[in-house]
Amino acid sequence: MGKIVSIARRELGAYFSTWMGYIILALGLLLEGILFNAYAIGDSPKFSADVLRDFFYFSSGIGMVAAVLFAMRLIAEEKQTGTLVLFYTSPVTERELIYGKFLSVFLVYLIMQAASIYLPCLILLEGKVSLGHLASGYLGVMLLGSAVLSLSLFASSLAPNQLLAGVLATSLTVLFLVLWLVAYRVDVPFRDLFMYMSIHNERFRPFSIGIVHTRDLVYYGSLIFFFLEASIKVLETRRLQG
Amino acid sequence: MIEVRSVSKFFGNKKAVRDLSFTIHEGEIIGLLGLNGAGKSTILKILGCFLEASQGDAWVGGHSVAQNAQAVRSLIGYLPDKPPLYEEMKTRAYLEFVARLKNVSANAIPQYVDDAMRKTNLLEVSDVSLGELSHGYQQRVGIAQALVHKPKILILDEPINGLDPVQIIEMRDLILSLKGQHTVILSSHILSEITKTCDRILVIDKGQLVAEGSESQLRGKAPQGIHVRLELARSTPELVKALRGLSGVLQIDESAASQGFLDISCSHDIRPLIAQTVVQENGELLSMGRKEAELETLFFKLVKGGV
Repeated sequence: MGKIVSIARRELGAYFSTWMGYIILALGLLLEGILFNAYAIGDSPKFSADVLRDFFYFSSGIGMVAAVLFAMRLIAEEKQTGTLVLFYTSPVTERELIYGKFLSVFLVYLIMQAASIYLPCLILLEGKVSLGHLASGYLGVMLLGSAVLSLSLFASSLAPNQLLAGVLATSLTVLFLVLWLVAYRVDVPFRDLFMYMSIHNERFRPFSIGIVHTRDLVYYGSLIFFFLEASIKVLETRRLQG
Repeated sequence: MIEVRSVSKFFGNKKAVRDLSFTIHEGEIIGLLGLNGAGKSTILKILGCFLEASQGDAWVGGHSVAQNAQAVRSLIGYLPDKPPLYEEMKTRAYLEFVARLKNVSANAIPQYVDDAMRKTNLLEVSDVSLGELSHGYQQRVGIAQALVHKPKILILDEPINGLDPVQIIEMRDLILSLKGQHTVILSSHILSEITKTCDRILVIDKGQLVAEGSESQLRGKAPQGIHVRLELARSTPELVKALRGLSGVLQIDESAASQGFLDISCSHDIRPLIAQTVVQENGELLSMGRKEAELETLFFKLVKGGV
């Protein structure tokens, strides 16, 4: 556990020792603010719960883009700069490396989401917000974001550089996003399978309206775990083959 | 301390290391010498648990590299050909991070980092970002990260690569200062450097061990005979012809004749006869010296399969 924390701390430092982390954070928050004002609040009267639902909808989309940008560098950059050898020749397991990296990027993502909390709080000026709805929405945004983070980390472990990692991570994310559309074009059992695997539509919407299903928690948890373990396997294989 | 037994490594159809075996004893400084692409780095990566052998195995400190890589990693410090540095980190912070990765206890980290920085003369750049350091200093930080946890074995891949002459001398002194505290295995394609730092040299060519021994032992493997260099104020074709006719002269190299030098390879010491011949042919001899068998020549012959 100590090494996971050490790796995460170093990685956090890397995010905020350059402009990159700040720029992604600032742009994400700026976009959230614009979309919140332009669409979530909008011109016409709305229930507070609907404003909150729309906020989480936009927040989830911006969060996914930010997650890809945050995570695509995690392993690919180490390969590009030749620092991966430091871990391969130290008594550090691939699991410690991957979980340390994930912890760091999860914390960065958490900071981004925490910084956006003033937006739903603005609803309180002229409406009411249920704490349960707020918590459920943020839980959904965090779970969805974490799934994209782990998926992007997997892409980063596969790709030789950040650009390819970004392309691969985006492609995988889009694939998981549009699976529910594909599901309508195929027959059972693939319809059920694709619908189940879809990362956003059926899974995220309940969170955005304040409903937490155990099946959705299990789904996101499984997806995160699967891609983290897959990343570990990629690194182990890479070490075997050189 | 290190035992390599019948190790081979394939990259697809390419055989980078072929059935390699050697032993390294505790406290030795060993040099892997070979041309670029000879397989030196591959061997070091296998010993550093960075790469798995396709066949065979290696034991480091009694632990199998294939079976117990984590134990091996605790025993070694590894410097790859390019130091693994995070340019945004400061020297001390970086070494503290590496120490944590290498199982140094939290209480001992400041002391261990200080020791590593002192050994590598890094104290003055303790708070400088690694990206701002010169190449020589970055290489020092690379060595410091390798020895920060006081490993028994140091594996240094091309430690003098890209250094200027002053930095090379500093690096050589640094490596020599590690003698007795660590078993060091380093690679280089620069023969003169490896002979100045290493107790024993393993000559690698096409992934195979083609020669092994100390510098003097390797010199002993050089072709017998002596090499004589003549410095002449005047040389004539007649003189060269007369020298060629001497019994015991194997070859005359006239490539430096324009500068007044003739290099003569002889089967045995015939210097008096050479001097006499030069005088007889009015060669105006300025000096005559005996050259030791050039290790470079031997190395060249070894990697070309001539010895």
